[in-house]
Amino acid sequence: MSTVATPAAPPRRRRRGSKLQRRQARIGWVLLIPALAVVALVAIYPLGKTIYYSFTNQEFLQGIEPTKWVGLENYRTLWHDTIFRTAVWETVKFTLITVSFEFVLGMIIALVVNSSFKGRGAMRAVMLVPWAIPTVVAAQMWKWMYDDVYGVINDAGVRLHILSHSHAWISEPSTALASVCAVDIWKTTPFVALLLLAGLQVIPRDLYEAADVDGASKIQQFWRITLPLLRPAILVALIFRTLDALRVFDVFYVFFGNRPDTQTMAIYAQSTIVGDGHVGYGSAVSVAIFLIIGLFVIIYVTVMRVSGGDD
Amino acid sequence: MEGSTPRSGLKKGETVKHRALLIVAGLIGAVTLVASLSVAAAGTSRPEAHAAPAKSAAIAPPAVPNAAAIKAKYKGQKITFVGDGAVGSSHKRDLKLVARFQKDTGIKVNLVPHPAASDAAYSQLARAFGSKSSSIDVMMLDVVWPGAFSPYLVNLKPKLGTAAKQHAQGIVQNDTIGGKLVAMPWFGDFGILYYRKDLLKKYGYSKPPTTWTQLFAMAKKVQDGEQKSNNNFYGFVFQGNSYEGLTCDALEWVASAGGGNFIDNGKVTINNSKAKTILDAMRQQIGKITPRGVTSYDEEGARNVFAAGNAMFMRNWPYAYAANLTTPVKGKYGVTVLPHGAAGHSVGTVGGWQLGVSKYSKHKDASIELVRYLTSPAVQKFDAIFNTNVPTIPAVARNKAVVKANPYLTPAIANVARVTRPGKYLKTHYNEGSKDIYQGVSQILNGTPASSVLPGVAAKLNALVK
Amino acid sequence: MSTVAEAPRTAERPVSRSRVLRRSPVGRFLIKLPFWLLIAAIFVYALFPFYWAIRSAFTPDSEQFNTPIKYWPAHPTWANFREVLSTPTFQHALINSTIVAGSVTLFSLLIGSLAAYALGRFRFRGRSAVLYLMLSMTIFPQIAILGALYTMINNFHLYDKLGALIFSYLIFTLPFTVWVLTSFMRGLPGDLEEAAYVDGATPLQVFYKVLLPLIAPGLVTTGLLAFIAAWNEYLYALSFIQSPQKYTVPLAITTFVGKSGSSFQVPWGQIMAATVIVTLPLIAAVLILQRRILAGLTAGAVKG
Repeated sequence: MSTVATPAAPPRRRRRGSKLQRRQARIGWVLLIPALAVVALVAIYPLGKTIYYSFTNQEFLQGIEPTKWVGLENYRTLWHDTIFRTAVWETVKFTLITVSFEFVLGMIIALVVNSSFKGRGAMRAVMLVPWAIPTVVAAQMWKWMYDDVYGVINDAGVRLHILSHSHAWISEPSTALASVCAVDIWKTTPFVALLLLAGLQVIPRDLYEAADVDGASKIQQFWRITLPLLRPAILVALIFRTLDALRVFDVFYVFFGNRPDTQTMAIYAQSTIVGDGHVGYGSAVSVAIFLIIGLFVIIYVTVMRVSGGDD
Repeated sequence: MEGSTPRSGLKKGETVKHRALLIVAGLIGAVTLVASLSVAAAGTSRPEAHAAPAKSAAIAPPAVPNAAAIKAKYKGQKITFVGDGAVGSSHKRDLKLVARFQKDTGIKVNLVPHPAASDAAYSQLARAFGSKSSSIDVMMLDVVWPGAFSPYLVNLKPKLGTAAKQHAQGIVQNDTIGGKLVAMPWFGDFGILYYRKDLLKKYGYSKPPTTWTQLFAMAKKVQDGEQKSNNNFYGFVFQGNSYEGLTCDALEWVASAGGGNFIDNGKVTINNSKAKTILDAMRQQIGKITPRGVTSYDEEGARNVFAAGNAMFMRNWPYAYAANLTTPVKGKYGVTVLPHGAAGHSVGTVGGWQLGVSKYSKHKDASIELVRYLTSPAVQKFDAIFNTNVPTIPAVARNKAVVKANPYLTPAIANVARVTRPGKYLKTHYNEGSKDIYQGVSQILNGTPASSVLPGVAAKLNALVK
Repeated sequence: MSTVAEAPRTAERPVSRSRVLRRSPVGRFLIKLPFWLLIAAIFVYALFPFYWAIRSAFTPDSEQFNTPIKYWPAHPTWANFREVLSTPTFQHALINSTIVAGSVTLFSLLIGSLAAYALGRFRFRGRSAVLYLMLSMTIFPQIAILGALYTMINNFHLYDKLGALIFSYLIFTLPFTVWVLTSFMRGLPGDLEEAAYVDGATPLQVFYKVLLPLIAPGLVTTGLLAFIAAWNEYLYALSFIQSPQKYTVPLAITTFVGKSGSSFQVPWGQIMAATVIVTLPLIAAVLILQRRILAGLTAGAVKG
């Protein structure tokens, strides 16, 4: 775009003149100031402090021992910490299960609400209900629905002959993870659905009409028009859901407390910092969690770049 | 061309929009209608039976003894008291006592309720002490915290040592760290056994069990009989979830079987044969006389099963007595001390709260006067009647009016030996140590034999006690 | 318009059997049946717990845990609702939560849309870096930065003030607001601002006159998500708020105390009544808002 219009015409914004580019950059950075200020205050300082703590033996209640620098000792202990490893694996399993289910369900719901399907209004209302209930309350509610003596799930299941007898869904190690996944999927599918819906709503209808004219089936339209144009929304939904799932805490805490076999990374961090009072070691755990989650981000970014890149 | 397609889309959307909104409104309206109709059809709604009828009794906070002298010395000073939770009768009690104290002594007390969750309350105090803040003068301390907070608490022995002699000595010892009396007992829960009187009679027993073996046998017999007509009936429920409550229950099992108190006199004793035996015995009962889900139960989880009439025995705190009065088992249950093992005697783990004074307080003496007042026999009596709190002064526990408000305070129960969790020895590591204990016991209950779990727990505790 | 062009085409193609099936009323019903079943299952999954909450709210305390389970209480009562609505803590909590969630949403949208404008419509080095920096804010578990946040909030004298929450909730509302709005901004046609600049508009005018209306679905969505996230947050509220008058709704709900006065008792009926009270208006308000703004958008879109 280096050909210039007639000298009388005002310079077009897209020209690669360095003056323009600098002006663009300046305006861009100015607009970013509020956001960056928030980030610096609310995120960078606490993160920095946490990283600092991870190299010390800081305790919540210091007692008589003074805090001192211990270098990589916390990390060495962490490397051999089998409980942490179990927690990581548990969290990853949870993330894979919930994100996939939420994505599929969210997609279905978004498509339904976006279409001229008859039940769409009701679906719209329905999809917000789980999201609107506070998580701690919802977790408690589900915990009692799952109860093996007076839980409604067992009761209804047995009455409808879907279940042969009451199960202790939460206590039994084999069903514990599934029970907690069901709650999280219930609670956060609306988040995914809303994001996908927003993305669907900006896809121009003319594209579908043109496809109808060309004789494409609904399924073909979905694969060829909807999915590609929805890619940015899908990626945002997936990234944020994954990050949230990797940091899951509330539901696990209400269901299992500190049960050793069902700890997630965040529960382990919390019990180390607040429960045991080991701020130093707990900060190292937090940094490790940060790195693990960062790994997932890198994977996503790579997938994004490889499959065509973002604009 | 300009907006034709979107326009028509809007029209369609508009009718659907109204329709959906109508559906939602209709649903809400329908639910409300059904609810109102049901309420109307049910006639006058049942009046909510208040748990402690004595609450409405005109009991006023007692006068502050020696008020004139205190007023002369400390009038006008302002202290902050971190008291009980923000809502309910405990808060009301705090308000009344604080108001009376202020009126009589002229010392201004700023009452701040502590967070509902125990670990949040712990964190709140830890932060205040950690930052050497003078913002808190008097505070409520859980019975397991004196060990952790002792470096930050004033020694109350000089001024309150004599008064402390009136209280249950087990608790006073718990509150004495390194010779310093760092807290005064305020009210003391302890574990008791609830049982169904009617079922006891029905199955031909004349009295509740005194040993664990008896309990297991009785529970099995009653459960087998009751399950013929009630699928949901179980013999025994308790706090089996992997949390602090399990440490309390497990302490009762082990101590009552002669297996020690987890840590005795500074030495970790949890890994012994008596402890193994009783814990394995409990493990074998899971799913047999207890619901399989008992390993997720906390206090309310167990109480709800018992209150619905679905359990023969329950281990719980005294609060459940009042709470069960508005449930189907009202009038059908009795309480007694927990059973013991062959080699031991009955015990109850101490719950309950103490009062301490921060060493960073700017008004230590005024604060001590508040503590003196709140832990006095007269206020303990007020507490017990107004709020059904268990007094820590045995003499008060024997008072007729108190026993009337708290029927579980029969002499046999009130005199049961109290055992305390090892907060004294674990100090700031109490939470971690307790976690090691309850995670270990949870593992055992969920199927692992005690002999594989206890050595690991003992090792972890040893590392903490050093 | 299209039939004329289509007629010869359809005449050439043989009509497949599946097409016939699809066209017949029975066939259409059969194809739609599993779909309808799926929709029904989703409805039940989403709504049943809420129904259970409503049912528990109308159940008197004495019947809460009776067996066999009643799917509608034998003696429904308004008592739980009465108790909840007359608790001053709860009344204040509704106001506090509205203030906090509303402010957080406003700030997130304001700051986030400005940032999205920069990141989506301007080219400069460091753009991607900023986006990923935003993302990194969501990577630390909440609990990990709690200690450091607490110190900071104390230093700013925000402890036990609603400002502490407004401040700390931005940690999790700002990142996805920026990301979502950026992707919306990028999705708009490239030359959109040209006309406005030619007319002499400043960048800010371009922002709120041209771009903002077009990304309205993004604003509504992120506003909604931010509002609800702030409304339901529990851990920071628990850690930074001390006085009962400043409690937010999740805190107030979890501090309801049973009649025995003990901290163990969980007054389930009241908690469920509070949940119902809080959820219904939220859904209604959100529904009305969302439709309104979206309707406005589709009517005014300049799409070619």
